[in-house]
Amino acid sequence: MMGALEKQRHILDFTLSSLGRRKGKNIALAIVYTFVIFLLASVLFLSDALKQEAGLILQEAPEMVVQRLVAGRQDLIPTRYVEAIKAISGVQSVEPRLWGYYNDPFSGANYTLLVNPELNNHPGAIIIGSGVSRRSEPGKPQQSLRKNDHIPFKTSGGEVLTLQVKGLFPSASELVTADLIVISEPDFRTLFALPAGQATDLVLKVRNTKELATIAAKIAQIHPDSRPILRDDMLRTYAAVFDWRGGVILMVLSCVFFAFIILAWDKATGLSAEEKREIAILKAIGWETSDILLMKFWEGAAVSLTAFFIGIFLAYLHVFLASSPLFTPVLKGWSVLYPQFRLTPHIHVYQIAVLFFLTVIPYTVVTIVPSWRSATIDPDAGMRM
Amino acid sequence: MIRLQNIRKVFNAGQPNEFVAIEGVNLSIDAHVATALKGPSGSGKTTLLSLLGCMARPTSGRITLKEREITSLPERFLTEIRRETFGMIFQQFNLIKGLTALENVMLPAYPRGERHASLKRRAMGLLELLNLAGKASARVEWLSGGEAQRTAIARALINNPAILIADEPTAHLDTALSREFMEIMRQLKNDGKTILIASHDPVVYASDVIDRIVEIRDGRIVSPGDGA
Repeated sequence: MMGALEKQRHILDFTLSSLGRRKGKNIALAIVYTFVIFLLASVLFLSDALKQEAGLILQEAPEMVVQRLVAGRQDLIPTRYVEAIKAISGVQSVEPRLWGYYNDPFSGANYTLLVNPELNNHPGAIIIGSGVSRRSEPGKPQQSLRKNDHIPFKTSGGEVLTLQVKGLFPSASELVTADLIVISEPDFRTLFALPAGQATDLVLKVRNTKELATIAAKIAQIHPDSRPILRDDMLRTYAAVFDWRGGVILMVLSCVFFAFIILAWDKATGLSAEEKREIAILKAIGWETSDILLMKFWEGAAVSLTAFFIGIFLAYLHVFLASSPLFTPVLKGWSVLYPQFRLTPHIHVYQIAVLFFLTVIPYTVVTIVPSWRSATIDPDAGMRM
Repeated sequence: MIRLQNIRKVFNAGQPNEFVAIEGVNLSIDAHVATALKGPSGSGKTTLLSLLGCMARPTSGRITLKEREITSLPERFLTEIRRETFGMIFQQFNLIKGLTALENVMLPAYPRGERHASLKRRAMGLLELLNLAGKASARVEWLSGGEAQRTAIARALINNPAILIADEPTAHLDTALSREFMEIMRQLKNDGKTILIASHDPVVYASDVIDRIVEIRDGRIVSPGDGA
């Protein structure tokens, strides 16, 4: 037992010194390898963490939203629908909701406007997210908006409506509130020339979530032009969007990955004449084929494990500490106002394992195969090469 | 100790560049005897040494070592025989560059799993015996020809083999160093080692250390010496 351990130690010692002797080749390989792992792990971490965040946000979302469709497009929903829906058994409450998007012609940014009935007694007041507070107008220096500052809006009639900032959302909620403006109902209706008795959609609460599907069917029956959307549908859509965006990046990265495979294959499989000779010498002085394969296994494992762990570590720093500057534009949307926030570190062991089995294992095998070919020929023939 | 029967060795068999290196060789090597394989370049000395040292298999014929037929043994057993029975000194020394003299000497013993401290002690002992203790931590590419060869001898001795095989050991040495090498061989022979040297250098085959000279030409034995 001790002998076997000592043998492993000797072979590992020799492997490490071999790596040191071929510094240039191994360092170049490790750098490329680390970079590939870093890119792949960054995409996995980022898309997964975003899905996680989206899931957390949607947990607070209503159990069901009812929209109205006109010619297959979402349209305003009459608030008189509320009473009929409220009458369905199992429905706890139905509230009309007013919200929309506003393209700021002054800064070029898109804002999400949401009516909060609590502001109805304070016309002219708004509460803004930190992304909105960073708005800048072309030709003017960027300055942070503060409480009591004014923001000009252009109504759908072309008039200017100036609203006063009465509060800012804390930066901790930035992913959700970056581009959000909370506004009073009268101001919202003035801004978009929205007639009374119309809402963007209706928000439902039910007593028993198991009845959601039945209630949705009944709503569609009572109001055939309505479209009930369940929270689970929204979660699935968000997940699909992030998966799709992650997929786009992964597709681009797959080119990098294949380039790496070619490089690794070339570097790892092409034993130099010196390496072949070295294997023949080791065989001639009494190393078994299995000893040489063990040495090459350690060599491949040392390079790939080092690159793997450094790559994962750098990806972690990139995504969770530096807010992934490389991929943010693709994965977080196409908005002008990018949220500035730090994602909650969240790593799936499963993903790490998949990455491990797709990179470390193949690389290690690739390094062993050519050595096996060299190690199985007679040492005399190997040394004559 | 070693018996070769009707040995034939062909390289690149069946190809246009087929080459018969050894043809119809019958030879017996006795224990504790110093034998020189003498012949011009390309006569087949190195190939014959490789066959004797289990570093290559014959195309046909039988080799027995201590009455054990080894020609048909699987590679694993041949490696074990190489490690335990033979110590090799190659023409180009074949030391591993980038490693120190001490590490090179220790290399053949790595697969045996000996404790590092005791292995290092033994390797240092051999380097001291060959007046190389001062060069133990020097990389082998920095050693002179004579020092590199003595390192190769120490490496060949680390597993305490019964048979020492040297292929053109004086090819890269001047006369003084060649004589020094033969003195080391004398010492090892006196210690009970069987010695096999392939050489066309008179300093080697004319030395009184050598008990028997086997002459080879064109892959055939032309003079078997005394022990045929």
